[in-house]
Order: sequence, then C-alpha cells, then structure tokens
Amino acid sequence: MSDVDDELPPDATVAARLATYVRAGGVVTPLITLLVAFLFGGLVVLITGHDPIATYKAIFNGTGLNWFFPWISSEDRTIAALNLQQTLIVTTPLILTGLAVAFAFRCGLFNIGGQGQYIVGGVFAVWVGSSFEGLPSLLHILLAVVAGMLGGAFWAGIAGVLKAVAGTNEVISTIMLNWIAIWTGNYLFNLGGPLQNSNPAQKDVPVSNDVLESAKLPVFWGDPQLQGLHIGLFIAVAALLVFWVLLNRTTLGYEVRAVGFNPDAAQASGISVARNYVVVMAVCGAFAGLAGTLDVLGWQFRIATNDIQTSQLGFFGIAVALLGRNTAVGTFFSALLFGGLITGTSVRNLDPTVFEPALATNLTYMIQGLVVLLVSTDVLVIWLWRLRRKRRSSAVLEAA
Amino acid sequence: MADSPALELRGITKRFGPLVANRSVDFELRRGEIHALLGENGAGKSTLMNVLYGLHQPDEGEIRLDGEAVEIRSSSRAIGLGIGMVHQHFMLVPVMTVAENLVLGAEPKKGPLLDYKTAAERTRELSKRFGLAVDPDARVQDLGVGAQQRVEILRALFRGARVLVLDEPTAVLTAQEAQDLFEVLRALKAEGTAIIFISHKLNEVLDVADRITVLRRGEKVDTVPREGATERSLATLMVGRDVLLRVEKDDTTPGESLLSLEGVSARDDRGLPAVRDVSLDVRAGEIVGLAGIDANGQSELIETIMGLRRPDEGTIIVAGRDVTHAGPRDTLAAGVSHIAEDRHRRGLVLEFDLAENLALREYKTPAFSKRGFISPKKMVARARTLLKEFDVRGGEPETRAGSLSGGNQQKVVIARELNADPRVIIAAQPTRGLDVGAIEFVHRRLVEERDAGRGVLLVSLEMEEIRSLSDRVLVIYEGQIVAEMPPESSEEDFGVLMTGGGRRTEGAA
Repeated sequence: MSDVDDELPPDATVAARLATYVRAGGVVTPLITLLVAFLFGGLVVLITGHDPIATYKAIFNGTGLNWFFPWISSEDRTIAALNLQQTLIVTTPLILTGLAVAFAFRCGLFNIGGQGQYIVGGVFAVWVGSSFEGLPSLLHILLAVVAGMLGGAFWAGIAGVLKAVAGTNEVISTIMLNWIAIWTGNYLFNLGGPLQNSNPAQKDVPVSNDVLESAKLPVFWGDPQLQGLHIGLFIAVAALLVFWVLLNRTTLGYEVRAVGFNPDAAQASGISVARNYVVVMAVCGAFAGLAGTLDVLGWQFRIATNDIQTSQLGFFGIAVALLGRNTAVGTFFSALLFGGLITGTSVRNLDPTVFEPALATNLTYMIQGLVVLLVSTDVLVIWLWRLRRKRRSSAVLEAA
Repeated sequence: MADSPALELRGITKRFGPLVANRSVDFELRRGEIHALLGENGAGKSTLMNVLYGLHQPDEGEIRLDGEAVEIRSSSRAIGLGIGMVHQHFMLVPVMTVAENLVLGAEPKKGPLLDYKTAAERTRELSKRFGLAVDPDARVQDLGVGAQQRVEILRALFRGARVLVLDEPTAVLTAQEAQDLFEVLRALKAEGTAIIFISHKLNEVLDVADRITVLRRGEKVDTVPREGATERSLATLMVGRDVLLRVEKDDTTPGESLLSLEGVSARDDRGLPAVRDVSLDVRAGEIVGLAGIDANGQSELIETIMGLRRPDEGTIIVAGRDVTHAGPRDTLAAGVSHIAEDRHRRGLVLEFDLAENLALREYKTPAFSKRGFISPKKMVARARTLLKEFDVRGGEPETRAGSLSGGNQQKVVIARELNADPRVIIAAQPTRGLDVGAIEFVHRRLVEERDAGRGVLLVSLEMEEIRSLSDRVLVIYEGQIVAEMPPESSEEDFGVLMTGGGRRTEGAA
C-alpha cells in the first residue's frame, strides 16, 4: 500500500507541514479561518452589548475601503480617501514584516524577531535620515534605506549565525533579540541617550532628531501635511515581487525551499544548511528593517521611546504570513486586511457612537490572535482533510 | 468442525468510484494454517484485509466465519468475532508497559483503578502459552521492533483472536527478527490459530506459508500450496509475465580503483565508535557487496564516504581525489552518486515536484541556472527526458514526488544519480520496499552501470540481493570488515560471519 501521499512524518518541518496544509485546503481554509475569527469577534461584541453587524460596518468604513464604492456621496468619499490612505500606510510595513516571517518559514525557520528587526531598521534609518545634511534627496533616501535594511539584516543574522553554529533555536534567540532591540532603542532616544534630539527646545522629550526633508519619501496621494500616502507602498509591493522571484527563480530560493522541506535531503545533495540559515535570516531581517525604514522616512519622521515600546507591527507580521500562506499574493491581501483592521478600529477612524475604539483595538488583537491560533491547528485541518479523502478513495491511493 | 474453514471470503468486490480494488475475490483460510496473501503494491491486498477487518464494506460478496455468514460493520465487531490485525505501524502506547498496552480497552479493574497485578499475570500466562517472550513490566518504548511486534500479536491474542492478520510484518524487521517471528507464527499455528500473512517478499512466503494466494490488480490469480511453488512461479503469477529473479551478468575484469578507503574510523551520533578501521577498494567495472545485519555501521560508513559525517581517522579517495575531509558537495563533484538508504529522508524532497528533485545535484550548474537564476523550463525539459528513460510511471515533471509510489520514487532517485555520470555509485538498500518488477529494473540498471565501467558499492540487508549482484562481497560486523567472500558462498557461511563468528583477529583495533 503506497500511502505516502500526504503522509507526514512526525518530525516533518514546519515548511513541509504548511505545504501539506496549503495543498489540503487551497484558499478555502484561510477564508474559513478568517470567518471563524470574525465570528468569535462578533460574539464578543455582542456580549459587550453592541451590535456586531453595525460594528463591523463601522470598522469597514473606518478602513476607507468604501472609497471603491461608486455610490457613496462626495463628502463621504473625501473622508474615505483619508481613511484609505491611513490603511495603506499601515499596510506598507505589514507587507514587509509579513515577508520577514514568510521567507523564514519557507526555509523551515520561525522568525519571531520581526519586531526587533523592524526597530533596528527604524533606528538606522532615523539616524542616517537625520544626518548628512545637504545630500541630494534620492541619494539620501537610498542611503537611509540601505542602512535600515542592513541593520535589520544584521540583527536577524545574529539569530541565523547562532542557529548555524551552535544550533540555538531561532524562536528563542529572536524573541530575546526583540527585547534587546526594544531596550537598546529605548536607551538610544531616552533623555541623555546618544541619539536623543539635539534641539534645545525639546531637551525634555525622549525623541530622536527629525528626518531631514531630503530623506523624506514623497507623498503621491493626499496632503503631505495631513499624512498622505507615501511611495513606500510601491517599495513594499516591489518587495513582494522580489520575494517571489528570489524564492522561485533563483538558486538561493531553490536551496531555501529544499532546506525548508527536507534539510537532510538538501544536505545530502550538497546544499549547506547552515549557510542557508544565516542567509535566510539576514534576508528576513532586511525585509523587516525596510519596514521600519519606510515608516520612519514615510510618515513618522522621528522615533520616540514611546513608539518603540508600543509598536506591534513586527508581531503582526506573524499573523500576516500565516494567513497569507507564506506566499507573495497571500501576504499582500492579509497585510491589507490587518492594515484595514488596525486603521478601522483606531480612535481616529472608528465612529465612537457605534463602538468604543478603545474596545475595538482589542478586537483587532483578538482577531490576530485567533488567526494565529487557528492556523497553528493545521494538524486538525490536515486530519479532517485526510479523513475525507480516505473515505472517498483509499483505493485510489492504494493503486497509485 | 474440521469440514468448514475458519474463514471464507466469497466473491468479494470492492469499488472506489470507477476503480475496482477487489474483483470477485475468493479466499479460504483453514484452522491451523498460515496462508500468505501475495501481490505487488496496489494489488488489493490491503483493501481485502480492510474489508475483513470491517474498515470497508464490500459492494458484493460475503464473509463466512466457521461456516456462518457474518456482516462486519466495524473493527470492534471484527475483534468481537475473533479477528485480530497486526498493522505495519504499531498501535502501542510507548510510555506504557507491555501489560498495560495489552489490556488497554479491556482493563481488569480494582475499583476505579487498573489492577496491574492481574494484567501482568495475564500477560505472563499468554506469553508462556504461545511462546512469545516478552517482559510484562518493560516499557514499550524500550523494546526493539521485533519485541514490539510480539506485543501487538499478544494483544490480538488477548482479545481472543482466532484469525490473525499480519500486514507486511517483516517490512520493519531484520532478517534474524523475521526468523524469530516465523517461529512464533509456527507455534501459533500449532495452537490452532489461523494466520493470514501479507507480503510481497517471495522467499519469506515460501519459508513460512502453507498455502499462497496471489492477487494481481484486484483479482485473485490463484491459490497454490507451498509444495511445488518456486520463487519464479510465484513471481510470474504476481507480475503476470516472466520475471528475471536471477540477475544476468557476465564476468568482469575490474579496472583501476575508483573508491579507496584506508583505515577509516568514525563515530555514530552518540559518539560511540561505529566504523572501525575500514579499508576497502571499489574498482571500475565491479560491484562490491557490503553484507551485514542492520546497524553494524553501514549507515555511518556511507555517511562518512559522502561527507555527511567526519571521520576520526583514515583517508577516502575517489578517482584519485582525496575527499577525506570534503563536504557532500565536493564528494558528489568528485564523481560519487548516492542512492540513499532512506529515499524519504535523504533521497528526495517529497514536497518538490519531480523536475526539482531531478535537478537537486545540478541546480547550480549552467544546465539549469545562469548567474544565480534558475530556469524551471530547463528543469522540466530535462525531467521529461529522464522520466521517460527511467520509465517512471504516474508522474509528470510537475507532479509532487510525495505522490508517487515507492518504486517510482526510487526510479526518480536513480535517474538523478545515474544521470550525473558518476565514477562510483553507492547504492544503499536500493530495492527496499520495492516490488518484483521494480527490483528487476534496479538490478538491471546497476549491472549496466558496472558494465559501463563504473564502480558500485552495494550495501544491502538482503542476502539474496548481495549474492546475486555482487562480484565480491565484504562482510561488515560491528563496524569492521571481517571477511571478503565470493558471492557464491553459502548463506550459512555469510550468516556466521555477519553475526560475529569467525571474526578476523589481525587488524582488529
């Protein structure tokens, strides 16, 4: 009996398990995952004494996605445009932190360190962006972007090297590196810290110097004074393309996928598994570092210690990647979804008469958590899938 | 009593959609008989047994136990009727003791608690009665595979099995363990238990069975008594055409040495010496067999040659190039091909499609990539040629390797490794788990490669394979080469050497 199909050995890598999961359900399972998460969320809304449908509708309008509807009034459209710009501003780093997790997954690694890499990238970007006065704009931006990416790559590379040399579990090391990044960042911009601003008027504010005009990313939609949409979105979309090409059309990507699915076979065919771990983590870090960079150059223009402690975008990347099935297209859509959720439940965008934004923010976190939880139960989905197939055609398998 | 058979399957037909897994199969099992069910992978053996065990309902036909028609709607009903099944993959709880596993589901109780004493006592009784040696208090996880299998058999007997089904029981056993199992089966037979023995290994079937029923493509071909049956006649029944069991090969005059090991020693994963002072030569145009019982250092030796394990001492030379300290890539580049002993672990990336798998050795060469960019088109084109040349069935270049049958997966590995134009081929258990037709193919290819002037190191646990393919045979025991023998030597002579008898004393470290 040749039942090798869909037969997962108990020590299957994460990547192999996810591949089976994806094969088992196509795009249907992520949609079901999402539906269940939203149903649970709606239940909680109901319990707090609100109308879930009205709440979700208000959140949706808060995302600005109603801008695409042809029938809304021109007044609504103006507001929707502003909201949509916000959603896409958040989507931009989410795409990248999602890729930082997805790329690692494809190599069988679990990168929990997106948050730390995001911070390090931002720190490098704000430092380069606020220094070097008088540089031509394009050069300045390029310099800051490269610095941010290298910073993130270096930070994640530490975890890669530890894994390759000493076999340190990357989950543990990236979590620890997150904390080191958070507290180092805190120190850098805190009062008296080496990167605290040099403006005498802001001596008591724990914030960096402002990014110079020459390093700011141009805004292409909306008013630059009102936080319009910067061109970072295009860079993030280009990164999706880079991710796909890297993975599917380069020898590096071929190695990464081989190692991710079966490190033993990869090694036996001459692929250096250790080297791949380092390279992959560095690439992931570059993605996350770019996320931090674009936020700094695109709309934040400075980093306060407060930002470092409250930022969650790196962590959201895990849910983005899981829901997006570690593919380029999936990552784009799930980044848009979480970008919409974050914006739609924010104090600024959600109609407080329908649902208090303070509660709604928690709703976003809850949906994020549920998505991770549900996707992590892939074993259950695979099991159900196999049961169905067994009933339908165990003989077909046998005859194969 | 004696006139009605213990079990009778009459005209069993089982369809799955358009596919007919069993077509009007008749099968009769007498009391105190070992009846082998023989057939290639996919011949319908497992389906038939699943019907018997209540996992499938037949579309047509009936099942009779002791002459009475029964309907078996579930496996618990099957157990209730005295049908026991020992699966290929054991269904034991590793952390529990043998006695606890045995009574699981029907525990003797003392109040709400398990009456362990009674459980252990019953286990002892049963194991004595049937001559199955197991320690009731041992934890299953500490037992060897053979002993675990005995526990499975005991459990079936504990539940009152009078008909015992063993699904490819020897697949996981060493040759010695298989012999032990056969002893157990003979003892059970003497006790009156009726046994169905599923296998695709001809020599085993001839060894242990009283009668043999052959299935092919879901249909019963014939039931024959063991007397008068030969490997050849059974193979012909199984495959439906004449099969070359004996490998046809001419004598050979070996050329220069292509793989040369000098005093190589290495440790296993626990740091214990596994390969001890091994020196050997594989010359152009010869097949050198490495015979030995499982876990006598063969795997570690192969890994050391392939650069997957660091040797403590010694030198390894491939076609004049010192690869003692080279990694896998350099070793492969020096002209070694490796048919891995476990194709799922080292031979294939099951999640990759066939084109990608076939490119594993060469994805970085100009054949498939340029300046770091790979060309899937070229991979697919190459795959198309290779799949045809090596007669891989059931797969296109875009098919996932994991969805192929074992025999075709092995053909993919062999296609990749032989296409690399190697000087030396390390073939480790190249026919493990394959059926007769595929074995014939692999053997023929290896001889062809030999004739083309390559050197082949054949590592196998199957003595038949070693003896029929090799030009000379080295015997490995506890990591040491203890003898060199001509392949014509008797199985007994090999057996003695492989179990440590007649150990060479000079050169022993």
